[in-house]
Amino acid sequence: MTFIIAGFYYIAFIIFVGGVLLKIKQYWTTPAPIKIPTTPAPTTRLGVLYRMGKEIIVFESLFKSNKWIWIFGWLFHFGMFAVLFRHLRYFLDPVPVIVVMMQPLKYAAFAMLIGLSGLLFRRIFVARIRYISDPSDILMLILMLGIGISGTMMTFFGNVDIVATKSFFIGILTFNFQPFPTHPMLLIHLILVAVLMLIFPFSKLLHAPGIFFSPTRNQVDNAREKRHIAPWAAKLDKTRSV
Amino acid sequence: MADFDIPAYRTIKIIPKPVEGTMAHVKPYFAKPEHQEALGFPGEKPENWKQIAIDKLGEIVKKYKSVALFMDICVKCGSCTDKCHYYIGTSDAKNMPVARQDLLRKVYRRYFTFAGKYFPWLVGAVDLTEEIIDEWYVYYHQCSQCRRCSVFCPYGIDTAEISMAAREILDAIGIGQKYCNEILGKAQKIGNNLGLPGPALENTLEGLEEDIEDETGVVVKMPLDVKGADILLVTPSADFFAEPHIDGLIGYAKVFHAAGASWTMSTYASEAGNFGMFIGNYANTQKLTMRIRKAALDLGVKRLVFGECGHAWRVAYSFMNTMAGPFDFLDPKYPVPEHICEYTNNLIEAGKLNLDPSLNDDMVLTFHDSCNIARGSRMGKKAGGQFEIPRAVIKAVCNNYVDMPHDTIKEVTFCCGGGGGLLTDDIMEVRVKGALPRMEALDEVTREHGVTHMAAICAICKSQFTKVIPYYGFSMDQIVSIHQLVSNAIILDGQQTESTTEPDKKSAD
Repeated sequence: MTFIIAGFYYIAFIIFVGGVLLKIKQYWTTPAPIKIPTTPAPTTRLGVLYRMGKEIIVFESLFKSNKWIWIFGWLFHFGMFAVLFRHLRYFLDPVPVIVVMMQPLKYAAFAMLIGLSGLLFRRIFVARIRYISDPSDILMLILMLGIGISGTMMTFFGNVDIVATKSFFIGILTFNFQPFPTHPMLLIHLILVAVLMLIFPFSKLLHAPGIFFSPTRNQVDNAREKRHIAPWAAKLDKTRSV
Repeated sequence: MADFDIPAYRTIKIIPKPVEGTMAHVKPYFAKPEHQEALGFPGEKPENWKQIAIDKLGEIVKKYKSVALFMDICVKCGSCTDKCHYYIGTSDAKNMPVARQDLLRKVYRRYFTFAGKYFPWLVGAVDLTEEIIDEWYVYYHQCSQCRRCSVFCPYGIDTAEISMAAREILDAIGIGQKYCNEILGKAQKIGNNLGLPGPALENTLEGLEEDIEDETGVVVKMPLDVKGADILLVTPSADFFAEPHIDGLIGYAKVFHAAGASWTMSTYASEAGNFGMFIGNYANTQKLTMRIRKAALDLGVKRLVFGECGHAWRVAYSFMNTMAGPFDFLDPKYPVPEHICEYTNNLIEAGKLNLDPSLNDDMVLTFHDSCNIARGSRMGKKAGGQFEIPRAVIKAVCNNYVDMPHDTIKEVTFCCGGGGGLLTDDIMEVRVKGALPRMEALDEVTREHGVTHMAAICAICKSQFTKVIPYYGFSMDQIVSIHQLVSNAIILDGQQTESTTEPDKKSAD
């Protein structure tokens, strides 16, 4: 069991990291041949940082658009980030003070679950969103809910051997394998997380690295001042008569 | 009046329920083989069209970061679903921005992604078929590339980019839209979208000079192809003949005259509009933009000013420097290009124009922000200048001005319904229905504030509105150009105005 889980995690991790890096490379190197920021757009690099910061931290555009999607989406994402941060305690020894202090973040799991449930509810019951949903969109939410619910069960109602879980994971990280503490909830939780890592580079989850590359958001509005020529467009340029 | 139902105003702004296919029957005429070939596209659908289309999609994904990214990262959150004026006006599910994107995305997934290749049913991936091509043609010609959806997308996904890509693919397999491609051909061959040859232009301009002289008693020149002039004005060719565009052109001329500017227009570059953008084709867009560079070089001008046109301004402001620059041969004191509203506003701020806003007192104005100006460009030095400067000009020449509801203007303005290459009578139903949200907003300020006229700043908006507002119970003369208002209010040196005869005139005291 230990080796199956450990092996599964190694594979998932390699595919996750490798796949995401390849996609980032694609987004990084694909040229943006013309200026297309959605205006009004910042006229300086610093302004763009501010704009991107607002998009990433408060989901500004989504806020403008739809308060329901915004509140559920924000609760889910920031609930998840808080929970992930708290998970450092399962990987780091000794546990850093800041992580210890953030122990109450375990309640963020409920924010995550409320957000996910809200999004799933809308996906099923709002006709417009139901129309644009593929099976994968629903399954993705169910997967995340599965991860969230199994994790919450362990944190609040479980009797999982945390010490053994932690040494199992540190064992994976250090290639010094420790026995897997068999517990159904933990098994479900970990398998679902590995599945999530596996599908990440092949799915819409790429929005996470992708948003940083979005030309309508990350470009400076300076088209009159600066030329902006992609390598393939430079070839066309050479054929110009004047 | 129309063989389809005009949508009723929504008393409460309820988002319609999606219905599939309400607009599936509306498609624009196909371009003829000669129009296709003139632009470097095949005249007819080749045998191996499927492979060509897939290869073209692959090529676009490699060339454009926007498309590459937007194909992957949509999470189907639904944020954009109620933002498109065509969806609001037609209820057609495929007019929801994300559904429109999905028409291309489902094919992209099938041929270019792991999930789509091996688990198509899971991610909605489908094979490319004749039916899909037909759907593309229908629904990518029900998108005016106005970018409203991109404002609301948490990742900035811009359906305009997808729609341009799809049209590029269609062109690559010989399926072009008649309106866009025929016009592009004319612009490349003759110099403007209307195919007006030099002598016709000259004639029109002479006529206008006479009209101005008759009206004001002042000789205002409309120079054409004057070498050594300081300013080259590039304006949409509709300004030469259509109403109310032509009144705007008269306004530009009066402003230049009042400023004592040396200016000219060009027969070679007698078109600001650039339909290359509509079909997403870089090479064709660049080719047209180069005409402006060449005209500027040939005439030896120092400044480039653009007339009132939405997508022309987007191409000029956002693409021209990149595609046809550097413009280091022009006077570096001025931005390249300048918008006529920037030009006029600078003169107003410097107090160089003699304006009497009371001459527009017979009107209560509102202003329609054009989508391409609002979301694809800027005016002035500060972000958002594209909203402030046109309003500043209007307010300087009119005493009565009211904005439409805040959720229908500026950054979130609704398209007129005729942009992006849809301004053609063969898809009138799309145009009329797509105008619904703007008409509702106009109706609201008409009822609540007695608005009588709507100023527009784009040749397409002006043409589209004059054509569709009668369907909503307004009359076509309610649409005015901004520089038409300037023209009404400006008092030129030596001008005989109607007020000459009024008793309150100073000389009578």
